Amino acid sequence: MDLNFFGADKTRAEPDMLQYLLQPVQDMVNACIQCGTCSGSCPNAFAMDHTPRKMWRMVLTGRADDIFHSKTFIMCSSCYFCTLRCPRGLPLTEAMAALKCIAAKRGLAKYRQSTAFYDKFIQNIRRNGRLREMEFMTSYFATMKSPVIPFRFTALAAKLAVKRKIAIHLPKLGQGRLHTIFSKTEELESRK
Amino acid sequence: MKYLYYPGCSLEGTALEYDLSTRAMMAAAGADLFEIKDWTCCGSTAMDQAGPLLPLVLSARNMALAEEMNTGEDILVPCSACYLNLRKTMEKMRQDPETLEKVNMILKEEQLHLEGRLNVRHLLDVMTRDIGPETVKSLIRDRLTGMVIAPYYGCQCLRPYAVFDDPETPVSMEPLIEAVGAEVHPWKMGGRCCGASHMNTKMDVGMALSGAVLHAAKGADAIVTVCPMCQINLEGYQRRISKSRDEDLTMTILYLPQLIGLAFGLSEKDLRIDMNLSVKEPFISKLNECRS
Repeated sequence: MDLNFFGADKTRAEPDMLQYLLQPVQDMVNACIQCGTCSGSCPNAFAMDHTPRKMWRMVLTGRADDIFHSKTFIMCSSCYFCTLRCPRGLPLTEAMAALKCIAAKRGLAKYRQSTAFYDKFIQNIRRNGRLREMEFMTSYFATMKSPVIPFRFTALAAKLAVKRKIAIHLPKLGQGRLHTIFSKTEELESRK
Repeated sequence: MKYLYYPGCSLEGTALEYDLSTRAMMAAAGADLFEIKDWTCCGSTAMDQAGPLLPLVLSARNMALAEEMNTGEDILVPCSACYLNLRKTMEKMRQDPETLEKVNMILKEEQLHLEGRLNVRHLLDVMTRDIGPETVKSLIRDRLTGMVIAPYYGCQCLRPYAVFDDPETPVSMEPLIEAVGAEVHPWKMGGRCCGASHMNTKMDVGMALSGAVLHAAKGADAIVTVCPMCQINLEGYQRRISKSRDEDLTMTILYLPQLIGLAFGLSEKDLRIDMNLSVKEPFISKLNECRS
């Protein structure tokens, strides 16, 4: 398993940082009673290495190293069944999102495919205001540098092109449509 | 009926026919849509990884623009992902004045201000509760007799906010389908997940979830959807999914306003059915039978 992103396994290099970042997630699931309703409700549990129930226990016991070697939270597709059914009323989908956020912000290599996908999305919005689907997918493929990923989409892309559903735009220059709002948000968040 | 209309990015691209058929069907039902001027992306699920504040700000920007327009009380959203983002922002802004203040500090950069007084509603909510099956029935020109339709709701118009339907076993589309003379396909997959963006990053998992939905819809003439993500996952990979499961899972997938629009006597051209990726022969011949 390749955990190198910036040349080192960051989950091992920065345990204190990850522990610190886990605190708000611990607050979210503090009242978990380990009943397993979330695991039983999750459509993606079959593809996870730890069930959601086990993930919350790992979060509460601060096992950052195990959490950030697991693919559980990246397999969450935000269907909100667990949030709906949790007998303690915990915001479990949001807690999964918070783990995704930590993985993205720390640039953990294991999650590179998903974080690159969403990162390219965010950059596209910042620049264009509205998503340009073709430009976004092209930049995602370019980042992944994988010779096979684009081919999974060629059949679909061909269909979309025939239906004239994908447009090629001239790249937008300058600061970007939502640059001001993004910068101000970053400024406020860094103040905390 | 007047609505402030937020189409969202997909409805300008891969789901253009959802936008056009929504406008056509809503006009036929006597509703006026006023598109929010200068709207931008709601943030989508991508913003999950951008931290808690940015997704709220992106949705709040659009809601502030809607408030400036003063032409309605409800924001109408056809895309379930956009709907959830806007709805979540609405709920949070009403409960948490401190965060609202922070969001407004950011919106000030664009000379905008959010009060949070507008209600955010999904297209299915409006079709069920404002238009309703009785009105639909009165507008029918071609009854879709003999058609079997599988109602597919997906996740984010139902959960976590249970606004207009049962979030576990949704039924809101059934009276609409029956109103146009069609039968409801009996199944339990209506509120299950299609795999969402796993189709882009974890394709085998995405195909397993979409495949289960397509398999359960066997016997229906079409699945109808109310979300561009569900639609493309169900219509865009049918050949690949069929191959991996070794069964024929090709099937017609329509947006709900397209189905209702057909019964209203709108043409395939008005509803841009030519833009759908999977409309199959059995559906077309049944439609022609209904019309003759």
